[in-house]
Amino acid sequence: MVRFFLKQVMSGLLLTVVVTAVTFTLVFSDGSGIARRVLGTNATEEQVTAKVHELGLDQPVVVQYGKWLSGLVRGDLGASYFTGEPVGAMLTTRVPVTLAIVTIALLLTLILSVLLGVTAAVRGGWLDQLLQVVGIVGASIPNFVIAIALIFTFAIAVPLFPATGYVSPDVDPAGWARSLVLPVMAVLIGSIAGSAQQFRGAVIDVLRQDFVRTLRSRGISERAVIFRHVLRNAAAPGMTILSIQTIALLGGVVLIERIFAMPGMGLLANSSALQGDIPAVMGCVLFTIVVVVVVNLLVDLLAGWLNPKARLS
Amino acid sequence: MTSTTGPSVLGRLLRNPLGLISSVVLTLIVLFGLASPLSPHNPNRALLELTNAPPLTGEYLLGGDQAGRDILSRLMHATLSTMLACLVVLSVSLLLGVVTGLIAGYYGGWFDAISSTTANAVMAMPGFVLLIALYAVIGPSIMTAMAVFGVLIAPSYYRLVRGLVQTVRSELYVDAARVSGLSDFRIISRHVLRAVRAPIIIQSSFVLSAGIGIQAGLEFLGLGDPSAASWGGMLQDAFNNLYIARINVVWPATLVSVTTLCLVLLGNALRDVLQEGASQVRPLRAKAVSRLRAERERPEGERPEGERPEGEHGPEQRPEPGSGGEARPDTAGAAEPLLSVRDLVIAYPTSPSAVRDVVRGVSLDVHRGEIHGLVGESGSGKSQTAFAVLGILPREAVVLGGRLRFDGADLGSERVLRQVRGRRIGYVPQEPMSNLDPVFTIGQQLVYGLRASTSISRATARSTLLDLLARVGIKDPRRTFDSYPHQVSGGMAQRVLIAGAVAADPDLIIADEPTTALDVTVQAEVLDLIRELREERNLAMVLVTHNFGVVADICDRVSVMKEGRIVETGTTSQLFANPQDEYTIMLLNSTLDDAVERPAWAEVNPT
Repeated sequence: MVRFFLKQVMSGLLLTVVVTAVTFTLVFSDGSGIARRVLGTNATEEQVTAKVHELGLDQPVVVQYGKWLSGLVRGDLGASYFTGEPVGAMLTTRVPVTLAIVTIALLLTLILSVLLGVTAAVRGGWLDQLLQVVGIVGASIPNFVIAIALIFTFAIAVPLFPATGYVSPDVDPAGWARSLVLPVMAVLIGSIAGSAQQFRGAVIDVLRQDFVRTLRSRGISERAVIFRHVLRNAAAPGMTILSIQTIALLGGVVLIERIFAMPGMGLLANSSALQGDIPAVMGCVLFTIVVVVVVNLLVDLLAGWLNPKARLS
Repeated sequence: MTSTTGPSVLGRLLRNPLGLISSVVLTLIVLFGLASPLSPHNPNRALLELTNAPPLTGEYLLGGDQAGRDILSRLMHATLSTMLACLVVLSVSLLLGVVTGLIAGYYGGWFDAISSTTANAVMAMPGFVLLIALYAVIGPSIMTAMAVFGVLIAPSYYRLVRGLVQTVRSELYVDAARVSGLSDFRIISRHVLRAVRAPIIIQSSFVLSAGIGIQAGLEFLGLGDPSAASWGGMLQDAFNNLYIARINVVWPATLVSVTTLCLVLLGNALRDVLQEGASQVRPLRAKAVSRLRAERERPEGERPEGERPEGEHGPEQRPEPGSGGEARPDTAGAAEPLLSVRDLVIAYPTSPSAVRDVVRGVSLDVHRGEIHGLVGESGSGKSQTAFAVLGILPREAVVLGGRLRFDGADLGSERVLRQVRGRRIGYVPQEPMSNLDPVFTIGQQLVYGLRASTSISRATARSTLLDLLARVGIKDPRRTFDSYPHQVSGGMAQRVLIAGAVAADPDLIIADEPTTALDVTVQAEVLDLIRELREERNLAMVLVTHNFGVVADICDRVSVMKEGRIVETGTTSQLFANPQDEYTIMLLNSTLDDAVERPAWAEVNPT
């Protein structure tokens, strides 16, 4: 188990390095362009050259990335080109907002899609067909359109929840929860729709396995066959969808923060990208990939814990 | 190549309700976009007096936006730009994904290794966040951004095509083409592309749906071209203006949702049409089952083919089971049989209202201490009959008629089945490895199964099972007990399963080809074990097999099955010495060719 854990951690670190390196290379490929964006359209060539040198953009990209990476190890992510504020400090105020949305949404996705998927697979019939229809609609409509529909319904037509804004949990825990309801719902619909289908498929696959018939033949009740044996076998293939949903969720949350005016990572990524504040953009990419890696790791560990074969081989 | 399948696929797609609706809606949207040169106004012309004008004001059919521009005209131009973006996404991702997938799948090797690693890494990337970050380099060019999205989504084609090509490549006809000297290019274009075409089309509709969502999302964030009309941009404008002109949100939101939804529906409809064989028939509804059962009970003349009245199961010369006059094992005598099956009919649905019979009126008796062989070729219904006794048929199977009695109790009742399963009737499956739950140790699942059907303590169950594992010939019972199924061999696993079947000390064992999946030497050992256990415990057994050697070896009585019916039944020696039915004779003859010794054994050792 320890070796399995270390292997997963190593591959997660590798993915982080690869993704940040690729992103870094792409966004830093045009040093003078960056300097010009920072200085504005009226800057002279000399000013641009001076700025390129000042920001260290005249060094080879590999060297720049090396510096960024060594800074990262020391906890230093550079500073904003515009405000000079350390990126690390910018992230610390933003991360809790985004993490709250992502974590709650992921947990609810896991719980609800397992419940829905298993029920649909085991019960079949109209419930199954309803889930298929809702699944297709929920998964195909972009979540920011769903978000706008939710604002229309639950903030304007029936004003149950605030349409925009974020309340810090230190100030008002109840207000914090209320401010999260609509944003979480907006991302949740799509992710549940996709995941429940996956769990349903995984459970149906396991139900067709020979050993399920053999377990039934021994007099084990249907309930125990499903909860003890089928669920555990379906968990690993079902949970791979959580990794995929996390990636989708982190993209969706950028739009959701914009719509609900939540001061999280997504809003920072959006405004920094528009401004050309590349250190801040890199900070956001790093945060995103770290979340992806951590979720992958948790999913792999859970799968390994549930399935000895994945862990031992 | 296309001409043979093209029209019929389109025809079938349009006959599928969801396929028809989504195709019509998508065609209308495409026409709407193509008509944009004819739009009533220049999409950027602003009339201040029509700012936020409601629909049907002045010249503006759908009203004006916050800058006084015609919403209808802007929607038309935005639709065209979405269509162009779709083209960009499709060409980039198809070119990259399909070509690399073809090469990797067809040639394998180092190219496959590198491209698969790359594809996995790209798939793990947070694509949308990456696109936002790349705005810093790309700037406000949505087409470039969508080309990048094409690269990011290409792995989905790559994996699809690579997998399909690997499958096709191992097909015999491709080998034949290669042997007959066709060039790789000809083989790929003639055979491989044909196999991957349909899945690529299906995948494309899902990719486009995702692409449109991504494009609208980027534009909504203001990362598109601010000078051009776009769905996402219009949505952003309308959203910022939500409290002033609410209705303006509706148009772009509806267009985006309807388009993405229709693309997904089209993809699903295409999948149903192009991969018809793959879609599985659902279990019948209770109503349909009771209707079918009622139909079968109509008077004889009206009965559909495949149904026969009680007592008339096959050719006339065949002796009826249970009637006297034929040799029986001494233990049986005239006593009531332990297991009695009468006129069992099992069917599987072929459509929501029709079924196909796989077991057509099977009757058989098994007495205490008797091993009853059920022989026949695959698909003759012998395993289905065996499953029905334990009530472990697959969910979609329907029992349309017949009675199953075990020691006087009716096995048609779920309550009785719950009492006898495991406890009084044990089951030994065919394929040992797939019949053990891979996530539990052998000990865990055996103990759990034994305790589910009995009321003994965990410790007692454990010691009983350890003894039993030793009894079935496992050298190191403790180690096997703590092993996971994938850590033991097939022969060991089959011994474990036999131990599991006899653990609760049942009276009857249903063994479904218990030796078929094993090596020849292990087969003989397992047969010996079954024979010994029968003698020790006075077990009755239904032994399903297609192997007359096994029958001759241990069965007391045999029933021969063909196409869901028992064509002949009798004692083993009777059947080998004097087969009556043509089918039995044919089966015996084909066995004789392989193993001359077997019938000789039966003849010199009459029971």
